[in-house]
Amino acid sequence: MADKSSVGSEGVPFEVAIERGKIREFARATRSTHAAYMDGERPVAPPTFLTTQFFWEDGVEGANPWHLVKLDPQRGMHAEQEYVYFGPPPRAGAKLVARSRIESVYDKDGRRGGKLTFAVMVTEFRDASGTLVAEARLTGVETERPPEPAASKEAP
Amino acid sequence: MSPRWEDLRDGRAVPPPPLVVGPVTRTDFVRYQGASGDMNPIHHDELFARAAGYDAPLAVGMFQAGVLATWATNWLGPENVRRTKVRWREQVWPGDVLTCTGKVVRAFEENGEHKVDLELLCTKQTGGIAVHGWMTFVVP
Repeated sequence: MADKSSVGSEGVPFEVAIERGKIREFARATRSTHAAYMDGERPVAPPTFLTTQFFWEDGVEGANPWHLVKLDPQRGMHAEQEYVYFGPPPRAGAKLVARSRIESVYDKDGRRGGKLTFAVMVTEFRDASGTLVAEARLTGVETERPPEPAASKEAP
Repeated sequence: MSPRWEDLRDGRAVPPPPLVVGPVTRTDFVRYQGASGDMNPIHHDELFARAAGYDAPLAVGMFQAGVLATWATNWLGPENVRRTKVRWREQVWPGDVLTCTGKVVRAFEENGEHKVDLELLCTKQTGGIAVHGWMTFVVP
């Protein structure tokens, strides 16, 4: 059951180092061989690369406030994800400082009946000068009932 | 060769052909999990997935989201991305074939820069929508 009192909770800041090898690995895993990811010493990070924030965040005590939302693991899933860049996306070599906060927890009526509970965590990424480089917005959803296993048939 | 601003603005720019990926495999999921750091066993551990009521490990949503973004960055350039948003619809399973494509829905100027908004779709061989996406690029 989602805990609405988690709204406003903020984690402690954590470092996110943008690394060349990690960019290459991520680009290939998402089926890209674009030269902007593969060539040069300081390739640009792919559009969804900042999902790797959790490599860093989960290693720092008190950095990730998401667990305070307490979405039920059986009925919770990732609903939406957004990344906004306030200039060009970061490049390898960048050392960012990130901080996550719970922005909102709210209910909505589902299309097939039943209540849906949404929770949003915002993470800000700043460079060494404190300038805002990017913002991640993670939306999780919890359904009133577990999802139907029948909807999970493996493709032929 | 990146499309010209005038062609994007006036609707003359022809998007590249869809990016077709698959049939996707458990190896694709595992490779993405290693790259991203999301090691949730439901995406690779057969026994764990069955215990959760599924017939097979399901894809990491961010995998198909990343592939969808690849279609767009191949066209308009990774350095030019300013926003990416995805909403997941249907789950993706081993054996699914993903088709990623999109179109320009708005061309505009903001703070002295030319920009385009794209709407993107990742569909499955069943016709079902796996991911609905929206991206913004600057056009240098």
